[in-house]
Amino acid sequence: MTPTIAVLLIITFVLSTVGLLLLIWSIANNQFSHGQAAARTIFSPGEEGHSEDPARPADQPFTGNTSEQTEAIEARWTADQSSRTAVLTWLSSSVFWLLLGSFFGLASSIKMHLPEFLAASEFLTFGRIRPVHLNAVTYGWASMAGIGVALFLIPRLFKTSLAGGKYAVLGGFIWNIGLVLGLSAITLGLSDGEEWLEFPWQIDLLFVVGGALCAIPLLLTAANRKVEHLYVTSWYLMAALVWFPILFLIANLPFAFPGASGATVNWWFAHNVLGLWVTPIGIGIAYYMIPKILGRPIISYQLSLIGFWSLALFYSQVGIHHLIGGPIPTWLVTLSIVHSVMMSIPVITVAINHHGTMMGNFGRLKDSPTLRFVWIGALMYTVASLQGSMEALRSINVITHFTHYTVAHAHLGMYAFLSFILFGAVYFIMPRLTNWEWPWRRLISLHFWLVSIGILIYVVSLTVAGWKQGVALLDAAMPFMDIVKMTLPALQARTVGGALMTLGHLVFAFHFIAMLMHRGAATEQPTLFRPAKETTQ
Amino acid sequence: MKRALAIMVGAALILLLATLTLVVMPYLQMSAEQVPPDLKPYTEQQLHGRQVYIANGCVYCHSQQPRDPGFAPGDKDRGWGRPSVPGDYAYDEPHLLGTMRTGPDLFNIGARQPSIDWQLMHLYNPRAIIKGSIMPSYPFLFRHVDEPTEGDKVVSIPPPYGPESGKIVATDEALALAEYMLALDHTYPAPTLPKQQPKSEEPKE
Repeated sequence: MTPTIAVLLIITFVLSTVGLLLLIWSIANNQFSHGQAAARTIFSPGEEGHSEDPARPADQPFTGNTSEQTEAIEARWTADQSSRTAVLTWLSSSVFWLLLGSFFGLASSIKMHLPEFLAASEFLTFGRIRPVHLNAVTYGWASMAGIGVALFLIPRLFKTSLAGGKYAVLGGFIWNIGLVLGLSAITLGLSDGEEWLEFPWQIDLLFVVGGALCAIPLLLTAANRKVEHLYVTSWYLMAALVWFPILFLIANLPFAFPGASGATVNWWFAHNVLGLWVTPIGIGIAYYMIPKILGRPIISYQLSLIGFWSLALFYSQVGIHHLIGGPIPTWLVTLSIVHSVMMSIPVITVAINHHGTMMGNFGRLKDSPTLRFVWIGALMYTVASLQGSMEALRSINVITHFTHYTVAHAHLGMYAFLSFILFGAVYFIMPRLTNWEWPWRRLISLHFWLVSIGILIYVVSLTVAGWKQGVALLDAAMPFMDIVKMTLPALQARTVGGALMTLGHLVFAFHFIAMLMHRGAATEQPTLFRPAKETTQ
Repeated sequence: MKRALAIMVGAALILLLATLTLVVMPYLQMSAEQVPPDLKPYTEQQLHGRQVYIANGCVYCHSQQPRDPGFAPGDKDRGWGRPSVPGDYAYDEPHLLGTMRTGPDLFNIGARQPSIDWQLMHLYNPRAIIKGSIMPSYPFLFRHVDEPTEGDKVVSIPPPYGPESGKIVATDEALALAEYMLALDHTYPAPTLPKQQPKSEEPKE
């Protein structure tokens, strides 16, 4: 024990010294001088003050007043078209996996209160369809949609055409093959056995290759970039694309980590998938969409960079809070708890920027689908993260660990935060890639209300029931079966919520396909929740 | 390009640091941990059963890690056993600690329910034994035969849950899984725990 603590102390000391030197170096070299000017890099000259949502370039409220401005708008249109094939490959795949994952999730939920439902087949037993749900929505929906949106944003952020898009298309195919094989393996009972790492490691190599192929266009486009400053969204996207392959590779190293140390690697990975993969993608997208739709830069650019580095530092070490009370060294658990609480720093900086930028513009939530989805997603990021920091505290965790409360928290993060932002991004991107407007604004509205009410029922019922379950588990006076019975109404409510979400996804997928096929009447007007008022703004 | 590279390298370095503290150091410390002398390696059949446990995702509802009674008193009071230590998992590959207790902890299920007939009956249909259980039944781990032959393990199922005629016999998978359940018995003292626990056998659900 003592040598470990000594090593930890030395590492901490060296680290803080290096950090201090870096800080001095960056101040000396004017690394902090970008200021608010850098926050405006996402706008074309003269575009600030004009909303970009959700219209085709031809219908832009802002098309430029001078030749320089018109040129910039046209360059953006070219940039958007350059990523078309790559983005559509990833997004279409993600919508398919969202539907598949939803059905498996719904079936898992039904089985929790009707255990004989589809129990006869080994391929549909709860312990197989639940991991199929998790892997389909994590690696299929969230990851593929995230990469798709990233591929769309990269040329825009770098103000140049996407270079090497064909590598991303190839990567998408390989990724899909990986999903088909991996999900089939789970169904056939060939799981690797660890949560979030169920795919057999041989199949995991396909994801590493597929992901790495997406890094090629990123690097090529970055090399061609025509902007001086890298906007904060590109920081998040670049970091995420560096982190994921490393994480995925280490965690899947076969036979490297036996016994209890396998559990630490498992949860180090599982939380990093959230913290260093989907979170930076989600936050990065929100950092782009909110200012673009409002037509005003984020309120504090410096803060956004502090938020980025503190997220990297703290989020990478929180994973072991999943093993509080478990058979692992105490120092390790404490380290993760400290970092979990420190996570409130990046969360608050992001919250100040996202919500602060919204201040005075909440009226736009009424008409813009993208803004409504993205901002609610950003708000849920704040909520889910602060809740997560609390859950890592020993006194809270002793109750919530091993209960449905954690499941509700996971869905608050992966769904109400991440998926909402991805929905919003898809509503923003598709008209620009297909040169077609969303045909039926009522369907967007229907999608929104179905998934919002669905996730609300889901999270509230499981949070309450999970807490009661956790309190009851601590006191052996309450028989175990009584606890099971107590949670049943919440499990049934979850099925209702899940069914609404699945219905919403069907609406979304239908609308998505209609976009691809150019269905509905051609329109010159952007599709908003309600007809836009006659303003030039 | 320089700044883009700096961000990516910086990001990778931070992850490297996290890997050092959260992966490498715990691995070094825990692999040096003493294996309890009373812990027996799994037999081939038990290992097979462990694979059945993995294939059918038992881990999504059952943990295998009782917590310290000073921290979470319910675990020991429910008869789930003493807190587990890293050495207890020396032969576990992959680990099956679990994060959910939709069902009870199974770290000592072999001590709580030492009868293989109980285990098999419970796997065939949990509700045949425990009223209101929400655990799935696993009929596909059993065969329905008219007349059991020599060497078949017949599982007697109480009336409403069994078939109208014929017998239910366990497949090799079911037997292996049941044997693995029985092997989950960690009632021996753990050398690395501060004090010897007196005894922790009060069979309970």
